Amino acid sequence: MNKKVTIIDYGLGNLFSVARAFESLGANVCITSNASEIAQAGHLILPGVGAFSKGMQELESRGFIEVIRKYAVSGKPLMGICLGMQMLFETGEENGEHNGLGIIKGRVTKIPAEKNAKIPHIGWAKIIKNGNPKILEGIGEEHSFYFVHSYRGICENPSDLAAFAIYGENKITASVEKGNVFGCQFHPEKSAESGLQICRNFLEL
Amino acid sequence: MRRIRIIPRLDIKAPNLIKGVHLEGLRVLGEPSAFAKKYYESGADELLYMDTVASLYGRNSILEIIKSTASDIFIPLTVGGGIRSAENAKEALRAGADKIALNTAAIARPELISEIADNFGNQCVVVSIEAKQTAPGKWEAYTDNGREKTGIDVIDWVKKVQNLGAGEILITSVDMEGTKKGFDIKLIKAVCENAAIPVIASGGMGKIEHLEELIQTTNVDAVAIANVLHYNTLTLQQIREKFDRNKFELRTA
Repeated sequence: MNKKVTIIDYGLGNLFSVARAFESLGANVCITSNASEIAQAGHLILPGVGAFSKGMQELESRGFIEVIRKYAVSGKPLMGICLGMQMLFETGEENGEHNGLGIIKGRVTKIPAEKNAKIPHIGWAKIIKNGNPKILEGIGEEHSFYFVHSYRGICENPSDLAAFAIYGENKITASVEKGNVFGCQFHPEKSAESGLQICRNFLEL
Repeated sequence: MRRIRIIPRLDIKAPNLIKGVHLEGLRVLGEPSAFAKKYYESGADELLYMDTVASLYGRNSILEIIKSTASDIFIPLTVGGGIRSAENAKEALRAGADKIALNTAAIARPELISEIADNFGNQCVVVSIEAKQTAPGKWEAYTDNGREKTGIDVIDWVKKVQNLGAGEILITSVDMEGTKKGFDIKLIKAVCENAAIPVIASGGMGKIEHLEELIQTTNVDAVAIANVLHYNTLTLQQIREKFDRNKFELRTA
C-alpha cells in the first residue's frame, strides 16, 4: 500500500504512535502544521490527547479550524482520534463550554463516575456496532480497543454513531461516521491488531 | 463487569532486561525487545518499562531500547526511570512511549506532574510509588529502586499526586517485590481507597492465586507482573484462562 496519510500537528499530545501505526501498514506519513498541506491531504488524521478547550484553542491559533471544515466537505477521508474525535462535535463541556468543529452534530460531556467505573476511563473495551460502518469493516464483537478519556461525545443524529462501548452503566460513543468523516474515541494505534484493522480500513477509503 | 489490565513489567538495565528481589540484586534475563514482542503477541494489555539506572541518553540508553521496540508494538507503553523534565518526557514520547512514569523527579519537584499533564494530558502521567512498610498500616515512599527514604507517607502522596494531575498510580511494594510471596494486599487496598484514579499494583506475584486474592480483596484496576512471566512460570494465556469470566472481563487476544 503506497498511500499518503497526513497527520495534523497542532502542538498537543503524542503524534508519533499514530505515525508508526500507519507506517507499519506501508503508508507514507506526513506530520504537518502547514495549512496548505492539510488542505491538500488525501487522507487526513486529527489526533489529540488532552483537554477539549486547549485543543480547539491550538487549532484556532494556527488557523486550522476553517481548513479542517473545508476539508471535511471535500469528500476526502478525515479521521479524528480520541480528542480529535471529540473536537468533530459542536460543543465540548471540558473546562467550561467551548465550540468544537461542528462537523458532527452533538455535544461532548463528562462520563458520570461510578463505583466500578473510575474516571479517566483507561483500558480495553469491546464495541458494539451500529449498522455496518465502513470504518469498522472486519471488526466484530470479539475485538477490544484501548480507551483513555474522561469525556464522551453524544451524537444528536443517531445515524452518525458507528459504535458504542459500555463503561459501568454508561454507553460511550466509541466511533462516529458521517460520510467521509470518521472518529474513534479509542486509540486504533494502540489497540493491537484490531486497531490496525481500522487504520487499514481508513487507508483503503 | 469489572475489567482488569495485565501489564508485563520489564525492569531494564540497558541493554538488558533484568530482575531482582526487593528491586535489588539484579540478574540479567535477556534482550527487552524480545520479551516485549512475545508479550505483545500473547495479548498483553500494555507494557511497562522501568529503567533501573535512569540513563536516558547515549548508546544502549532506555530511549534507544524504546525506539527499537515501539516500531512494531501497538499497545500502550509506559516508560519510567530518569525522566526529570517535561522535555525528557517529550523525548520519551517521541521515542515511542505513550505514558511517563515519575517517581524520584516528582518527589523532588511535585509540579513536574502538572507540567507533563498540562502538555500531554493527565493520561500520560503515571506516578510510580515505591512503598516500604514502616508500621502496621503505614508505608513510606522510597526512591531509587527502594534505596532512598523520602519521609513521605504513601497515602498522603497518593492524595497529593491526584490533585496535581496524575492519571494513574503505579504502586510497588518494595517489601514484596521479587519475593513471589504475593502482593501487599493491605498497602494496595489502602492506596485504592484513597485514589479516584486507576491504580496499578506491582510486586510479589508468584502464582495465579495471588492475583485472584488481589483483585477480589482490592479495587485495583491493573496489575504489573514481572517474575512469573519472565521466568515462564505462568504465561499470559494461562493467566487469562484461569480468570473467572463471570466476574472479570479480560481482553481477548
